[in-house]
Amino acid sequence: MNAVPLPKSQYDSVIVGAGPAGLAAAAIAGKAGLSTLVLDENAQAGGQIFRAITSTPVKRRDVLGDDYWRGERLVAEAQANGATIVHGATVWSLDRDLQFAVSVLGQSQALRARRVILATGALERPFPIPGWTLPGVMTVGAAQTLLKSSGLVPDGKVVLAGTGPLLWLFAAQVLRAGGAIDTILDTTPRGNYWRALPHALPFALSPFRAKGLALMREVKRKVSVVSNVVSLSALGADTVNEVAFTRAGGAERRIAVDTLLLHQGVAPNVNLAMAAGAAHHWDDRQLCWKPVVDPDGNTTVKGIAIAGDGAGIGGAIAAVERGRIAALAAVEALAPAQMSQLPDRSGVLQALQRAERGRAFLDVLFQPAPQFRRPEGETIVCRCEEVTAAQISETIKLGVEGPNQLKAFLRCGMGPCQGRNCGLTVTEMIAQARGVSPEAVGYYRLRPPVKPVALKELAAMTQTEEAVNAVVRG
Amino acid sequence: MFKRLPEAEGAAVAVTIDGEPFNAREGDSVAAALLAAGRTYCRETPISGAKRAPYCMMGVCFDCLVTVDGVGNRQGCLVRVQDGMCIETQHSKRALGELGS
Amino acid sequence: MRRDNDIAVVGGGLLGMAIAYGLAREGKRVTVLDEGDVALRASRGNFALVWVQSKGLGMPPYTGWTIRSSEGWAQLVTELKEQTGLDVCFERRGGFMLCLSEREMETRAAVVRQIHSQEGVAKYDVALMGHGEIEKMLPGIGPEVVGGSYCPLDGHVNALRLFRAFHMANHRLGVGYRPGHRVEDIKYEAGGFRIQTPRGEVAAGKVVLAAGTANMRLAPMVGLSAPMQTDCRGQIVVTERVQPFLSYPVATVRQTDEGTVMIGDSYEDSADDMGMNLAINAVMIDRAQRMFPVLADVNVVRSWSCLRVMTRDGFPIYDQSETCPGAFVACCHSGVTLAAVHAYALAPMIARGALDTQQVGVFSAQRFHVQKAA
Repeated sequence: MNAVPLPKSQYDSVIVGAGPAGLAAAAIAGKAGLSTLVLDENAQAGGQIFRAITSTPVKRRDVLGDDYWRGERLVAEAQANGATIVHGATVWSLDRDLQFAVSVLGQSQALRARRVILATGALERPFPIPGWTLPGVMTVGAAQTLLKSSGLVPDGKVVLAGTGPLLWLFAAQVLRAGGAIDTILDTTPRGNYWRALPHALPFALSPFRAKGLALMREVKRKVSVVSNVVSLSALGADTVNEVAFTRAGGAERRIAVDTLLLHQGVAPNVNLAMAAGAAHHWDDRQLCWKPVVDPDGNTTVKGIAIAGDGAGIGGAIAAVERGRIAALAAVEALAPAQMSQLPDRSGVLQALQRAERGRAFLDVLFQPAPQFRRPEGETIVCRCEEVTAAQISETIKLGVEGPNQLKAFLRCGMGPCQGRNCGLTVTEMIAQARGVSPEAVGYYRLRPPVKPVALKELAAMTQTEEAVNAVVRG
Repeated sequence: MFKRLPEAEGAAVAVTIDGEPFNAREGDSVAAALLAAGRTYCRETPISGAKRAPYCMMGVCFDCLVTVDGVGNRQGCLVRVQDGMCIETQHSKRALGELGS
Repeated sequence: MRRDNDIAVVGGGLLGMAIAYGLAREGKRVTVLDEGDVALRASRGNFALVWVQSKGLGMPPYTGWTIRSSEGWAQLVTELKEQTGLDVCFERRGGFMLCLSEREMETRAAVVRQIHSQEGVAKYDVALMGHGEIEKMLPGIGPEVVGGSYCPLDGHVNALRLFRAFHMANHRLGVGYRPGHRVEDIKYEAGGFRIQTPRGEVAAGKVVLAAGTANMRLAPMVGLSAPMQTDCRGQIVVTERVQPFLSYPVATVRQTDEGTVMIGDSYEDSADDMGMNLAINAVMIDRAQRMFPVLADVNVVRSWSCLRVMTRDGFPIYDQSETCPGAFVACCHSGVTLAAVHAYALAPMIARGALDTQQVGVFSAQRFHVQKAA
C-alpha cells in the first residue's frame, strides 16, 4: 500500500473547502494552535471566487480586479498559521460522530475531527432552458474559471444571458482582457426593481452600489444589452448555433452564437451538510435551501458548523467574516485560553454586518423569473438522467408529494451529480403543482458518498467482524 | 470556442486527445485543454447519445466526463493535465476493461 | 354511512399497489392511502430480484407460493406494458448465489439440500456448480469464486419502474391514490370501516393493511395481529452506468437494464433508515469485486439503507379478521418477487371477501399464537 496521503487520522478542526470562508477559518484555528486540516477538492486554494489565485496566468491585475487579488492575503494567512491544506481531496462522507471519509490520490481513508467547519460554498443555480445541455452552452462561472485558471476567453460570437452580479463582473473581466462579448440578454424581471425598492437604502449606503453601477457602465459601453428578456432557448443540433429570445410583449428574435454563457445567481452547496444530517429550511428570498445555523454557524448537528455561502449566499467578503466567526467558536470550545490572541469577535461581527449590508436588495433584484426556475415541455430538468419538465409534470399528477418519490419514478437526481443540477428545479416544480411551499415539499434525501468514489476505495475502508456477519451467509 | 490570452504564459504540457497530439498549458484542467483544443464535445451520454461538453467547470455537473489514461468517467474539470496524458472522449456507457464490449 | 370505496388499501408501496391493481382488475372501487414523500419505504430501496432459490426453508408452502408468483410474472409484465407503455425489464434467465470459500459453499449446499428435503416442498431445479462451470456462464468471475448455486427460475426486474408502472396502471384503472394520509385509527362500524387520517376520514367497505412495518401498529385496530421485526436494516450501493458485463443476476450483485451495478444484501440490527454503515458497505463491495474483479475501478454513485419489512419468522402474513369482517392484513419481505401472486391470487380472494385457506391459510398470523401457546 502506498503512503497514506494524510499525515494523521485525528484533528482538532477539519475544514472542508479552501475558499474565502475555509481559508479565513483555517488561519484563525491554526493561529490558536488547533491541529487544523483543510480538505479541498480543487488543485489549488481559493475556491471559486479566488480560483487559481496563486497561479493564474492572467497577470495584469486590472483584468480580474482588486476584489480578486484580496485572495492572495487569505491564502498566505492560512498557510502562515500552520493549517495543513490538502488539495484534490474529495470528502465523500461525514456523519454525526464527526467521522469523515475522504478520497485523496485514489485512496480513501477515515478521519475524525473534534470540530468541523463546512465551507463548501455555492453552486450556480440551475438554468433549465431549452437547449441548455448543448455543447457551446456553459455557465458564466465556468467561463470565469477558464479565464482565471487557464487564461482562456470565449471566442467567436459570445452571448451572456441571465441575471446577477457575476454576469456583469465576468463581462467586464473579458473586456478588460481584450476579449469581446456580442450581446447580453438580461433576464432580470422588471418587477424586481419595484420589489427590491424597500431594501434599497442599505444597498445605497454600501460599497456595492458604486461598484455595481461602475461595472455595468463599463460593460454597456462595449456590449449591446437587451433587457427584460422573458424567454430564452439555445438552438442547434450537436452544438449551439443560435439563441432565441423574446422581450416582454415582443416577438421572438434569434441571434447567431458560438458560445452561450448562462447565469442566474448561486445557491448554497448543501449536499455534504444534508448528508451529515444538518437540518435545512427553504429561504423564500434567496429561493434555495439553507442550513439552520446559529450566529456562530453551528448547525443542528453538534460539532458541525457551516461558514460562507454554504450557509446562505452572502458573497466573498461576508464569507471571510463568517469563516472567522465559526473558527473563533471552535477555538472557544477547544482552546479557550487562546482566545486572547485572536481577533475580537465583536469586531468580526461588525465587519460581517458591513459586508452583508445591501444583500437583501441584491437578493430580491436578482431573483430569477419563475419561467426560468420552473421549465415546461421538453426542456431537460435532470441533465444526468435526461428527464424533461413534461415527464416531471405528468408524473407529479400520479400523486407525487415530494422529490424522493419523483426520483424513484423518473430517476431525476439519481445520476452522478446527485441532484445538484435539478434539485432546486424539482422542488419548485412540485411545490407549484401542489400549491404548497417548497418547504412543505422538501428535498432529496442525500447520503454518502456525496461524490462518486471508486468501488475499490469503499472496499478498502475498515471492515468489522459485525459487518462481516451482516453480509456473509453462504 | 475559447482562445488563449496572449499574455497567458505557462509551460507547454504535451497530451493526446483521441490520439491527436495537443499542447496544453501547465495549470490546465483536462476540460480546459479540450476547450482550448477546439473540441466541441467530450462525450455522448449513455441515455440518448446526445453530445455534451463541459458545463460548470467546478466539479458539479459531470458533463465533462472523459477517459483519462484508460480510466473512464473521470471529471475532466477536476483532473490536471500532465505530460504524456492520454485523453479520450467517451461514447455512451463507460467501458469496463477487457470485459467491456 | 356513505362509502365511495369498496376497498381501502393502506400502503402505497409495491405490496399495496399490487393488491390494489388486482382489486381494480376485479372491478372494485379502490382507494390507496399512503404516507408522504419521506417514509419508511422498502419499495424505493429494494434489490429488485424475482427470486426463487433460497425461499421456503422452514415453511415449504412458501416455496410453492414463490414459484407460483415467478410463473405469473410474464402476464404481469405484459399487462403493465399494455396499461402504461412501460417496460419493467423483467428477465428470467436464471440467477446465481456465489461463494467465496469452501465453507460458504458447504453452507450453500446444506441450505439447498435442506429446502429440497422438506416434506411437501415444490420441486424445482437448483444446480450446485464449481468455478469452471460458473465461469462458462459468468465469464468475468474472479479466482476466489469457489462455486455457487444456479436456479433457472430466478430473475430480476427494474423495480423502480415496476413501482411507477403500478402507480400509473392504477391511476388509469381509476384507483384513488391519497398520499399524506397516514392512518391514525380505524373504526369498524355497521359492516364497514372509517379510517382516520390527518387529512380527513375515509370510509370503505373493506380494508387491506399493506403498510409494511406499520402493519404492526394498524392490525390490532381491526382485530388482527402482525408480529414484525422493526430493526432489520439492509444497505445497497449502486454504481455509474457501465457497458453490459453480467448476463445473470447474482443474489448480491446485479447489473440493471440501465447499466448500473447494484451491490447489496446486508442484514443488521438498526432501525435508523438514514444512517449508513460504511464497514458493511466495505464488506459487501469487497466481496462484489472479488466476485467480479473488473468492478474495482467503477465508481459508486449512491448508496442507501432501508428497513426490511420482515415478519417475526421472515415468512409472509396474509390474514383476515374474525371480529371485523372485511379487514385483511398482508405483510411480506419479497414485495417484488411476490407481486404477481399479490395481484392475481391474493387480490381476487380479497375481492370475493374471504381468503382461501387452502391456498394461503398457512400464512395466517395464527402460527405465532400457536407457537406462543405451545
